[in-house]
Amino acid sequence: MDAAVTSIDTGHGSASVTDILLLKLHNAGLRRNGQDLLTDVCLGFDDRRLTVILGPNGAGKTLLLKLCHGLIAPTSGTVTWAHPELLTAPRGQSMVFQRPVILRRSVAANIEYALRVCGVNRAARPQRLQTALELAGLSGLATRSARVLSGGEQQRLALARAWAIQPQVLFLDEPTSHLDPGATRSIERMILSIRESGTKMIMTTHDLGQARRLADEIVFLNHGRVAEHSDATTFFQQPETPEARAFVEGRLLW
Amino acid sequence: MDDLQSALATALRLVISADAGLLEIVFLSLRVSLTAVTLAAVVGMPLGALVALQRFPGRAAVVTFLNSLMGLPPVVVGLLVYMLLSRAGPLGEHGLLFTPTAMVIAQTLLVLPIIAALTRQTLADLHREYAEQLQSFRVPAWRGALTLLWEGRFSLLTAILAGFGRASAEVGAVMIVGGNINHVTRTMTTAIALETSKGDLPLALGLGFVLITLVIAINALALSVQRLESRV
Amino acid sequence: MVNGAGILLIPEGKTIVTRIAITRILKRLALCAALSVIADAPAGDRFITVASTTSTDNSGLFDALLPPFTQKSGIGVRVVAVGTGQAIKLARNGDADVLFVHHKPSEEKFVADGFGVERFDVMYNDFVIVGPNSDPAGIRGRKDAAAALRAIAKAGQPFASRGDDSGTHKKERFLWQAASVDVSAASGNWYRETGSGMGATLNVASGIDAYTLSDRATWLKFKNKGNLKLLTEGDERLFNQYGIILTNSKKHPHVKSADGQQFIDWLRSDEGQAAINAYTIGGQQAFFANTGG
Repeated sequence: MDAAVTSIDTGHGSASVTDILLLKLHNAGLRRNGQDLLTDVCLGFDDRRLTVILGPNGAGKTLLLKLCHGLIAPTSGTVTWAHPELLTAPRGQSMVFQRPVILRRSVAANIEYALRVCGVNRAARPQRLQTALELAGLSGLATRSARVLSGGEQQRLALARAWAIQPQVLFLDEPTSHLDPGATRSIERMILSIRESGTKMIMTTHDLGQARRLADEIVFLNHGRVAEHSDATTFFQQPETPEARAFVEGRLLW
Repeated sequence: MDDLQSALATALRLVISADAGLLEIVFLSLRVSLTAVTLAAVVGMPLGALVALQRFPGRAAVVTFLNSLMGLPPVVVGLLVYMLLSRAGPLGEHGLLFTPTAMVIAQTLLVLPIIAALTRQTLADLHREYAEQLQSFRVPAWRGALTLLWEGRFSLLTAILAGFGRASAEVGAVMIVGGNINHVTRTMTTAIALETSKGDLPLALGLGFVLITLVIAINALALSVQRLESRV
Repeated sequence: MVNGAGILLIPEGKTIVTRIAITRILKRLALCAALSVIADAPAGDRFITVASTTSTDNSGLFDALLPPFTQKSGIGVRVVAVGTGQAIKLARNGDADVLFVHHKPSEEKFVADGFGVERFDVMYNDFVIVGPNSDPAGIRGRKDAAAALRAIAKAGQPFASRGDDSGTHKKERFLWQAASVDVSAASGNWYRETGSGMGATLNVASGIDAYTLSDRATWLKFKNKGNLKLLTEGDERLFNQYGIILTNSKKHPHVKSADGQQFIDWLRSDEGQAAINAYTIGGQQAFFANTGG
C-alpha cells in the first residue's frame, strides 16, 4: 500500500496525474426487464492496485465485473479502455468465475489450453505451465484429470490458468464464496503472490475480512450504485457514507 | 426351443470354420455401415455444432425437424434413394443402383440426423456450461465449437455408436437400393431376411447372433478407447 | 467486433461463414474419398442385371444355372429378386437389363408398351395348394384347384395370400374367380393377405396352420414347413409359365443389350435348357424347360 492515493468522488471523476487509468466507466448503467441493476457508475481503474469491489449480495458486483471484462454491454453510458487491444486481445484480460469452469482434461492440459488459445509463444509455454502449476501448488497433480479435483483445487487451477497467460488485468468474481476456509486461504495466498508479480487485479467479494486482507483500493457498491470509492485504509478506518459505515460495522444493509 | 439351440450351434459353426460366405457378407456389412457412419459424422457433427451455437431465425423449427428425422423409416429412405438413383431418376446416369455405394448413400441419410441431433444437444448443453469462460478467453466461434466438440467427446462417441447401431441393424433401405444381390450387395441383415423367407430359421437366427456379437464387439472396442482416454 | 461502447461482442459473422465453407469442402472431399473406396466393379467386371422373382430365387435355381453361364461367357449375372410387380417396374425404369418372371399377361404388356424387345418361353412348373396336415377343409387329393379353394372358403379355414400382385398372387386371384368366391370380403377374417414374398407367406401359413398357394419349387426348398403338407396338385390351371424378356435399349440406351441377349440365348439353348431340367430339389425335378425354339 503506497502513498499515491487516488480518490474519485462518486458522480465526478478526478484522478491524480501520476496514475495511468487502464479502464474508465462513465455513467455506465445496466437495465434489464425494466429494472435498473447498475446506475450511473463512474469509475477509473489504474494499472497497479488490487481493487476490491465490495458490497452486500445483490448489489450488482458480478454484473459490474462482467461489464468491465466485456462479457455484457452497458445499456447506457460507456466503458472505455486506454488501449483497444486490452479489450479484444486474448492476453489482455482474463477472469476467474465463482464456480471454476474446468475443461475435461488433465490439470496441465487446462493450463496449456489457455496458453494455446491466447496465443502464447510455443517456446514460452512449458515454462509458463511450470510456473503456474507451482503457484497453484498443483505440480504433483499435473497429469490428474482436472474434473476429479476438489473445489478448492479446481479454483486454484482456474486462477493459475487465468494468470498463466500473463494478462494485463485479471478479474476475479467472488473466487472463494463457495470454498471452505482452508481453500480460501490458499486462494488468497495465490492472489497476494500474483499481486507481487505486478498483475493488476479487480475482484469482487462480500466478505469484509477478505477485503481487509487483500485490498489496496475499495469500490463499495450498494443497490447498483457506487456508494464509495477510496483506498483501503481510508475506507476501513473512516468510511464516508452511512451505508459504508453500516457495512464495515457489520450491520446488514437493505 | 429346438430352433434356438440349432441357431446357436449354426452361429458357432459358421464363425469357427470362418465360412467364406459369412466372411464376405460380414465384411460388406462393416464396409457399408462404417463408411456411412463416418460420412454422417463428417457432415453431421459440424451441422449439429452450427445449429447448437449459431442463433438464426427458425432455429427451433430446425431443431424439431432434425430430431424428428431420427425416426425416419429405413424403408422410406430406401424408396427415396431408389427413386433418385434409378435409371429413370435424376441421378440415374451414374449407374449407382444395386451397388454398395447406393447402400452407403441410403445409410448415411439414415444416420446423419441421429448424429446431428445428438451433437446439437450435447453441444447446446456444453455451451451453457462453457460459453462465458470461452468468451472470457476471447475464443473465436469456430475454435469454441472445436473445443466443445472435444469436451463432449464421450457423448459424441455414444452418438456415433447409436448411428452405427442403426446402420448395421436396418434392412429396409439396403434391401431396396442394394437388391440383395449374391456376392455383391448381400449384407448380414439382407441375408437374414433371405434365409427367413427360405424358411431356414436356424440359419437366419445364427446369422443374427453373429451380427449381434459383431456389434457388441465394436461397442466394447469403443468403450475401451474411452477408458484409455479418460485416464488422462 | 467491438460496439460503440467499447464492449467486446463475440465475433460471429465472418468466422461462421468461414466455418461453413470449410465444412462444405470437407464434405465434398469425404464424399469423393468414400466413393473411391467404395467404387466397386473395376472396369474389367462384365455383368448384367436380371430382375426376377423371389419364388424363382428362393428355389435355388439361379445358384445352379448361373455359374455355368458365367464360366462360358465371362458375363456375371446379378439377380435382383423381388415381387413380380416390382421386377417389372425395375425393368421399365431401366434398372434391369433382363426381365425373368412368370406372369404372361404382364410380360406381354411390358413388350406391348415398348419396354421389352421380345418375350420368350423359358420353362414351366406348377403351383400347388398346401395346408395343415389335419386338412379341416378336406381338400387332400383333389384334382380341381378351384373346387379346393371353394371348400376352404366354405369351411372358413385360414388362407394365406401373397397379396402382393406377384405372378403367384395373380394366379391365385384367377382361381378364386374361377371358384366364384369374393375374397376381398373375407380379407382380415379367414383370408390373410401378407403382402409378402412366397417364403414369408409360407412362414405365415406355417405359423398359423393356414392353406396357401405356392409354386412347387419354393415349396420343395422351404425349410420351415411345420405342419404343412402338399394337399392339392395337378389341375391344368395350376400351370406356371416362366418368360424372359430383354429390356428395350430404345427406351433405355444404357441397357446391356448384347450381353443380355447372350444370356437369353444361352437359357434357350440346348445347354441352358438341359441345365434347367437337371436342377432338382430333394431329388425332384423343379422346372421343366419348354422354350420351344
